[in-house]
Amino acid sequence: MSDMESRGPGGSEDFGDLEGSEVLEGPEVFEGPGGPGAPHRVIGTPPPTPSLLGGSGGSAGHGGPGSGLVPAQGSPLEGGGHGEERMPSEADYPAHARNAERLVVFFFLLAFFAGCGFIAAYIGIGVYSVDKVFRSNLALGLSLSITLFSLGMGALIWVRHLMPDVEMVEERHDLRSTDAERAAFDDYFKEGTAASQFVRRPMVRRTLMLATLPLAVAPIVLLRDTGPLPGTSLRHTVWSPGRRLLVYGTNQPISPAEFSAGGSMITIVPDGYQDDPDALAKAAVIIIKFRPGEMQIPTRYAGGTLIGTPNWTVDNIVAYSKICTHVGCPVALYEQTTHHILCPCHQSTFDATTGATVIFGPAPRPLPQLPLAVDSSGYLVAASDFTQPVGPSFWERG
Amino acid sequence: MSWIKARRRRPVAGYAALLLGLVMVTLVYGAVAGTGGGGAQAQPSSPQSDINAGETLFNATCSSCHGFGGAGKAGVAPSLIGAGAAAVDFQMSTGRMPAKEVGAENERKPTTFTRQQIYEIADYVQSLGGGPTIPDAQQVSSVGADTALGEELFSANCAQCHNAGLSGGALTYGKDAPPLTQATATQIYEAMLTGPEAMPVFADGAVGPQAKRDIIAYILETRSEPSPGGLTLGRMGPVTEGLVIFLGGMGFLVLIAMWITAKRREPWDAAQPTGPDSGYGPDAPGDAWTEH
Amino acid sequence: MSTDVNIPKALSGTGSWLDDRFHGARGLRVFMRKVFPDHWSFMLGEIALWSFVILLLTGTFLALFFVPSAAPVVYHGSYVKLDGISMSEAYQSTLNISFDVRAGLLMRQIHHWAADLFMAALMLHMLRVFFTGAYRKPREVNWLIGIVLFSLGLVEGLFGYSLPDDQLSGAGLRIFEGVLQGIPIVGTYLAFFLFGGPFPGSDIIPRMYVMHVLLIPGLILALITAHLFIMVHQKHTQMPAKGNTEKNVVGQPFFPYFMAKGGAWFFFIFAAIAMLATFAQINPIWIYGPYTPVAISSASQPDFYMWILEGALREMPAWEYNFLGHTLSLSVLIPFALPLGVILGGAAVWPFFERWATGDKSYHNVNDRPRNAPIRTATGVAAIVFYGVLWAEGANDVIADKLQIPLYTVTWIARVLTFVGPAVAFVATRRICLGLQRKDKELLEHGLETGIIRQMPDGEFIEVHRPVSEESRAVLEAKKVPALLPAPGSEDENGVPSPASRGAMGWARGVANRAFAETIVAGNGHGNGHGPNGHGADGHEVAAVGAGEGAGLSGHGEGHAIESGASGSSGSSGSSEGSGGAAAMAPGDEDES
Repeated sequence: MSDMESRGPGGSEDFGDLEGSEVLEGPEVFEGPGGPGAPHRVIGTPPPTPSLLGGSGGSAGHGGPGSGLVPAQGSPLEGGGHGEERMPSEADYPAHARNAERLVVFFFLLAFFAGCGFIAAYIGIGVYSVDKVFRSNLALGLSLSITLFSLGMGALIWVRHLMPDVEMVEERHDLRSTDAERAAFDDYFKEGTAASQFVRRPMVRRTLMLATLPLAVAPIVLLRDTGPLPGTSLRHTVWSPGRRLLVYGTNQPISPAEFSAGGSMITIVPDGYQDDPDALAKAAVIIIKFRPGEMQIPTRYAGGTLIGTPNWTVDNIVAYSKICTHVGCPVALYEQTTHHILCPCHQSTFDATTGATVIFGPAPRPLPQLPLAVDSSGYLVAASDFTQPVGPSFWERG
Repeated sequence: MSWIKARRRRPVAGYAALLLGLVMVTLVYGAVAGTGGGGAQAQPSSPQSDINAGETLFNATCSSCHGFGGAGKAGVAPSLIGAGAAAVDFQMSTGRMPAKEVGAENERKPTTFTRQQIYEIADYVQSLGGGPTIPDAQQVSSVGADTALGEELFSANCAQCHNAGLSGGALTYGKDAPPLTQATATQIYEAMLTGPEAMPVFADGAVGPQAKRDIIAYILETRSEPSPGGLTLGRMGPVTEGLVIFLGGMGFLVLIAMWITAKRREPWDAAQPTGPDSGYGPDAPGDAWTEH
Repeated sequence: MSTDVNIPKALSGTGSWLDDRFHGARGLRVFMRKVFPDHWSFMLGEIALWSFVILLLTGTFLALFFVPSAAPVVYHGSYVKLDGISMSEAYQSTLNISFDVRAGLLMRQIHHWAADLFMAALMLHMLRVFFTGAYRKPREVNWLIGIVLFSLGLVEGLFGYSLPDDQLSGAGLRIFEGVLQGIPIVGTYLAFFLFGGPFPGSDIIPRMYVMHVLLIPGLILALITAHLFIMVHQKHTQMPAKGNTEKNVVGQPFFPYFMAKGGAWFFFIFAAIAMLATFAQINPIWIYGPYTPVAISSASQPDFYMWILEGALREMPAWEYNFLGHTLSLSVLIPFALPLGVILGGAAVWPFFERWATGDKSYHNVNDRPRNAPIRTATGVAAIVFYGVLWAEGANDVIADKLQIPLYTVTWIARVLTFVGPAVAFVATRRICLGLQRKDKELLEHGLETGIIRQMPDGEFIEVHRPVSEESRAVLEAKKVPALLPAPGSEDENGVPSPASRGAMGWARGVANRAFAETIVAGNGHGNGHGPNGHGADGHEVAAVGAGEGAGLSGHGEGHAIESGASGSSGSSGSSEGSGGAAAMAPGDEDES
């Protein structure tokens, strides 16, 4: 604003060609506490010593004291304007300020009592059951929220309605150093470099670099023992010939007679490893019972290795790895009407009747099939381990 | 025979006859009750009148899709021979049957049949070819159930469709697994036993009756326990949490920020001049903010 | 009225004692008088800052009770539904915090909501800085620091919600391990070293704990300090307004104003988080159950800031290649690297790209209005749409379930929208920006319609306009018209082609430059083109962009001069120093109609 008085019709010259048209006067600005133009404009007297960066007079070159207490070039406050020397110490509107003060006091008192309530709720309300935790959380949280909210409201009303409205202008100093400063820097840097003989003695320089190389590499080397080498462990699971299938949870073996209802599905873990998460992360299996005629599992090979065949099923029961070949989530949604196995993580879908072939989604390979057999007691057992690595792909998979 | 005749007037003969009668009745009853399938204890054997009433109802409502005698119609409705009373009770008590249409899925809806009618139809279908029977109250009771084991079984076999928080989930081709917030204990048992629609069958050989009770107890407790941290937000996990933080949290804070930084206005209760030149009143021009 | 405040003895005594040792008076006074500009969008970064403080406070509380161990224990605590279950100590300690420690659940929920708010605020803050061009010189380093902070926040949040070892976050860790494993050559080694063996192992929880509690917060704290220090040293940018120039900062001093507002803001942020923690449950781990690699729940998503990765994993087709005994799984690698790489890498490179394209090497301390930078704004919106589509796909099973859309259909829609969406958004946004610029031009030249109709002596009716206020004029005119670089192949007076315009890069730069330079400049407004009736007849609105022939009128009928090139807007108080190179003769081509 070039002046704080109400402005004339600032745009009339724009409309000079409009014969006979009328133009309203430009908007009037209502009176504010700092004169017409709302806030108090505060300017400060320039301090006697210049630079913010230290007294050794480097700032004269780029003019203006560091902390911008002088009105900027071309700013409305230049030449004194209508700014004031200091921030006013009285509120702008005394009657309003009295009301605002009451409001602020109310909020701060509310915060105090709510804060006391918080401590009282902590002491008084116990936990140790879901119901009690519900009450405790509600009481503590409510009192805390009220305390914080009231503090915020009080502080905000204070700043907006009690403190006089002030606007300040600060000058930005140049960020770029002056040429003289840069020259001085260059000068000293060269001087110091020459004194250090760094340039003059190349062998010193080069061997220094060499000396620090091992130390730089060492932190990476020291990470080696964070884990074992993968070796071939990703290629095998704990399934082995004769290992019984146990129902996860009850840890009971299961026989084809018990698993006879068409459309059944259940989660299986290997006997002896039911509490071993590392083993289960690769060895979890689902078995599915088909109705007669539904199963059409093909015999298939991968690079010469047999990876699926109807011979690996028992009595229309097929076993697939439960570990998705995408990134390893348990594949567990089985729709018995469509025979789809759906992984809930990224929606890879496998067709259980055709050897868990992928019919949608990002999984790249069918679920590996576990060869099934029956042991002498009639329980389902694995005939061997999986013949291909289970789970997500990896570089060395083949 | 003459050995019995010679001793039939002795006092012990009456007791012997009574004992014989009890044994015979027990044997016959056991033989009849054993045909129920599913390993569940049979419901009391249905009187023929129930079966006949059921047949009448069935022919009137169900046979249009399922055919007379429950034979089924290809592409329309499956055969009900061997489906069992439990399947009928589940489907009809949840209102899924009679189905509105041959569509992707039948949703729970208010049932139009009374409890008695459902039992009658169930009895009739049971008579067609056996199948799982309706569990009694003791079979679905949560008394003494192990909810910890229920949690393990539920999370491994049920949560992937129905969600750990019981809010249901999507299946393929427009189907979905319903939330478990309304099913009764009996309905849950029956669903596990019969595998309705896309749901797999969890027969007693794989998930035994006790295990089923554990799962039911777990479900009932999960959905009845209060949510100690506040509103459940649908128990769908981070999806609703993310919505809340943006719309609720950030939205609220942005409004507060606008208030904090708003230009200060002439307060309503400050002493103010009046008159045509004061700049106040209905003719006062607006300020910069309204102009663009 | 002079101030009648007496400084209490204790305060002045302490102050003197410190000043004797630290030479503080001058510096402190300067800092207390420091001016901070006021705009609501400048407060978004502070939401992140105060959320981080709250995270540190509540995190310390939680660390007193949490046990970072995967060792199996049998639970016999207050949450009786899980009594007898085997679980990790980490999970058990989290259950203890929730049910056996007073205020434990509240602190857990505050911590998690604050983390979500931190990331949400960071996203909006980044967008604000982007759309206002506040990343330009001299603030490029701060922008890069901010991107690193965002990335650190992602990882910190991932580790944080994985620490309780519940079913939901364990599934996320499984996915993380599966993705790591699929990285070519080093993947299996990385996975085995990080997890200390096969998944899940027992090392990951203590290791995540150290990273979550010590390493990453340390880095974040250091970077936040640098970020703030740079911001204070360079001074904050300000919005275009009357009196705001490139050489000043207009606002309120730190003491007592900004300090009080900042304090109020902290309390409001904390209050918002506390209200959420009171009324909205987050991460109910007791519902999910302890982690077992055998089980999974539907609607398994990570926290929202990871959905871009999750969505990419879900929508990617199954592309995998086997050769020479090796497997390259693009269906895992592309989602891992591409979306975040595009967004974060693009963001990091953008200030330098924009500088290259516009040739603008000047300082910028006054923000742009987004409409005045159509290409930047359009690119930003396209990035938001790209991010947003992947975000939504991350929740595709919930969308399918709750909105009754078939599951695969949602994925297919996302696959298409990932590419179509940003393109459409870019084109539409650019158009909207140019349209808004036209509206500004209208306002400047014609003023506001007052709704007052007057009848002229000759019988004609006109509507009376009044000019915009000075404040508005300053804002509307605060648009720097970007300069055009010499066109590719153009030669100076000696016939020497400009080196920067040679070759393919030169051609590309020329294309980019012309796109960036496109703008709609209000004419001089000195009565050209208005008909005698005071209101332009039909067709007076012409926007021919790039038709610069220096500062002339391109004269279409009563056309207003639309120029690009040298800054032609008169009286703009917000013009920057040096709008780049000279206004060269650009073979004007792009006609806008």
